Amino acid sequence: MSTYAQKKGIGATIWDYLTTVDHKKIAILYLIAGGLFFVVGGLEAMFIRIQLAVPNNDFVSAGLFNEIITMHGTTMIFLAAMPLLFGFMNAVMPLQIGARDVAFPFLNSLGFWLFFFGGVFLNLSWFLGGAPDAGWTSYASLSLASPGHGVDFYVLGLQISGAGTLIGGINFLVTIINMRAPGMTYMRMPLFTWSTFVASALILFAFPPLTVGLFLMLFDRMFGANFFDAAAGGNTIIWEHLFWIFGHPEVYILILPAFGIFSEIFATFSRKRLFGYSSMVFATVLIGFLGFMVWAHHMFTVGLGPIANAIFAVATMAIAVPTGIKIFNWLMTMWGGSIRFTTPMLYAVAFIPSFVAGGVTGIMNAVAPADYQFHDSYFVVAHFHYVIVGGVVLGLLAGAHFYWPKMFGTMLNEFLGKITFWLFLIGFHLTFFIQHFLGLMGMPRRVFTFMEGQGLETGNLVSSIGAFFMAAAIIILLINVVITSVKNEKVGNDPWGDGRTLEWAIPSPPPFYNFKQLPLVRGLDPYWLEKMEGKKGMMPAEPIGDIHMPNNSFIPFVLSMGMFIAAFGAMYQVDDKPWAIPVLILGLLIVFGSMFIRSIKDDHGFHIHKEDLLDEDDKEVKA
Amino acid sequence: MAAEQKYTEATWPSSPERATLEGKNKFLGFWLFLGGETVLFASLFATYLALKDKVPSADHALAKDLFEIPLTFMATMLLLTSSLTSVYAMYHMKNFDFKRMQAWLLVTVLLGAAFLGLEIYEFNHYVHEFKHTFTSSAFGSAFYTLVGFHGAHVAVGLGWILTLMIRNAKRGLTLYNAPKFYVASLYWHFIDVVWVFIFTVVYLMGMVG
Repeated sequence: MSTYAQKKGIGATIWDYLTTVDHKKIAILYLIAGGLFFVVGGLEAMFIRIQLAVPNNDFVSAGLFNEIITMHGTTMIFLAAMPLLFGFMNAVMPLQIGARDVAFPFLNSLGFWLFFFGGVFLNLSWFLGGAPDAGWTSYASLSLASPGHGVDFYVLGLQISGAGTLIGGINFLVTIINMRAPGMTYMRMPLFTWSTFVASALILFAFPPLTVGLFLMLFDRMFGANFFDAAAGGNTIIWEHLFWIFGHPEVYILILPAFGIFSEIFATFSRKRLFGYSSMVFATVLIGFLGFMVWAHHMFTVGLGPIANAIFAVATMAIAVPTGIKIFNWLMTMWGGSIRFTTPMLYAVAFIPSFVAGGVTGIMNAVAPADYQFHDSYFVVAHFHYVIVGGVVLGLLAGAHFYWPKMFGTMLNEFLGKITFWLFLIGFHLTFFIQHFLGLMGMPRRVFTFMEGQGLETGNLVSSIGAFFMAAAIIILLINVVITSVKNEKVGNDPWGDGRTLEWAIPSPPPFYNFKQLPLVRGLDPYWLEKMEGKKGMMPAEPIGDIHMPNNSFIPFVLSMGMFIAAFGAMYQVDDKPWAIPVLILGLLIVFGSMFIRSIKDDHGFHIHKEDLLDEDDKEVKA
Repeated sequence: MAAEQKYTEATWPSSPERATLEGKNKFLGFWLFLGGETVLFASLFATYLALKDKVPSADHALAKDLFEIPLTFMATMLLLTSSLTSVYAMYHMKNFDFKRMQAWLLVTVLLGAAFLGLEIYEFNHYVHEFKHTFTSSAFGSAFYTLVGFHGAHVAVGLGWILTLMIRNAKRGLTLYNAPKFYVASLYWHFIDVVWVFIFTVVYLMGMVG
């Protein structure tokens, strides 16, 4: 494999990644693209904190500030957090269930390119007349009045990348249901696979309401419809409902996979079976289910009435129960374990108090009468950053360190990793803890500046200093990545030494067919079980035979680019530009043409022959 | 590979759509996709119900002025029948009778096209006789979006089934294309179910005010 890789030029490598349908390469694409957008969103966050560091600051104008906060939220949720999680799901989940690829490799590639082109489209708004400025929730009454094309970029960009996410969700569901290795029953699946499963189900049912909401907004802004225009009989609350019916499950789409990553890390570095495995599965499913019942807690102050508010308040508090079950299970996993404080484990341990703090303020927000006070204040900003950064981002950083050797075959430096961890953790609490008090003192969210003498100076300055700690942490992480890649010290199958699940039983990075022979799974934590019985690897469930693999394809890239082109046409036809409609038609022709070619061209894939697999065995022995 | 193998009536499996792993994946993935589509239409129905008869002034036409049962009843019968004929097509697919399957699919497509023709006539009628357009009111926007989304699904379904029929005309049934025919027919049934709800919620409930 290595000699084969060295022979390839840079052009061939790029072509390989543009056309790949291999879940492990798509995972790397997600990691690179998501990481890039994470840096962009992080820079936007830094601009926000610089602007708010001192009163009456004029670092950015009020209008630009609105664009920055909108793009910060939208980028971080849709273009950074979700794709990074999709990266880990792609890299790890098929290995954890003992599959050779996902169920639909072609769609996997299509999902990535749709997300990528949607994200690029959204960010091009910075250079083409201004970014969206109506907040990441883009409430209709505000976004309909937003001049220019900013909100159009938001609507079309999210529509394209949302389609990619939906495709990814269906793909993961089918993969988990149909492609598990012999013996891998549902109740033997690792927690990360379970949380991928539940998050994918949430994607399947949560994204269509967003699709509809975005369509309605698109029709209103670009084609003269009146859904949200009260003067023509419309109702702006419809957007809020559709957005939050999507938006609340979205929070769980983000946090559940992070919970999954932490569950793997706790068990691995406590060298113990995860405590209360079945209750963990039950709690994950229950959180996913309840996640659909609580969207109106974002709308307590809209005026839905006391009965609606009461029902949604109680439903929201109920989610604390399964979440509490999880917290206690993680604590009990560590209890009596032989703990190793590696970088991933540090993140996992720090995650518990950080996330619990976010959960407690969540319960406070769930109390509808109290929410009338908290609403639209920095208290809410502090709350959701505690769950998203203290939960999801810590999970992503932990996952990056934990799975890096499996994805790239080399370990991130532990010393630099620990520096990253401490800087990030200190910076995170410094930035957001004090924002609770800023909110309670009356500082509203989404304001571009504040006045002197209202007692808000110290809090804001502390918060801004904290943001620089987090930025420094990310810079050190990037340095770590560069150093690690240059050194490129190869590691074996199980670099942490305590791997429990199937992905640690195969080489790092795995061969493109993953498993030469599908493994036989004999229980939960199958690799750990074999190791405890003194065996070196998994027992095969089949003799060595031909392996069927899918062909690479350039169609996903072209199809997604067609969407990207069509979106420009749809947007500029509003200005009566003569070229807009032809561009729209051209884009749609590319989209439907790609679908047509995909439909009529047979793609049977190819086979790796048994003899070649046996040859490779010989080479390994000689080497 | 089993997918490319030639079959006879005797060797053809009883569930050809699920005989290969690819087929099984398609079958399940498509059912899940229909789950998502259900939520999509549920959102559109909710929007329609919230905006039904919401017009800016009294001179705009309302649901009870617009809808007529004979026309929409005819459209309903056409689409329901097309669902039945697609079942016949799948019956012959399972019995490895390619010619009869193609014939019934052709009937399905013709009925679907007739339905689409009626819908276009209906929209045209509302626009010209009642000045009920996509931009005239929130009611208009909601109506054309809900019924139009369904119409677009019908059009996509027609293109899909026709492409499958033409592409496979000369090579008959294999385990590679059997799942494709099967999920296309699933999609067609789904369109039909959505229409039953549109007929009830939009037209029948529209008549009673």
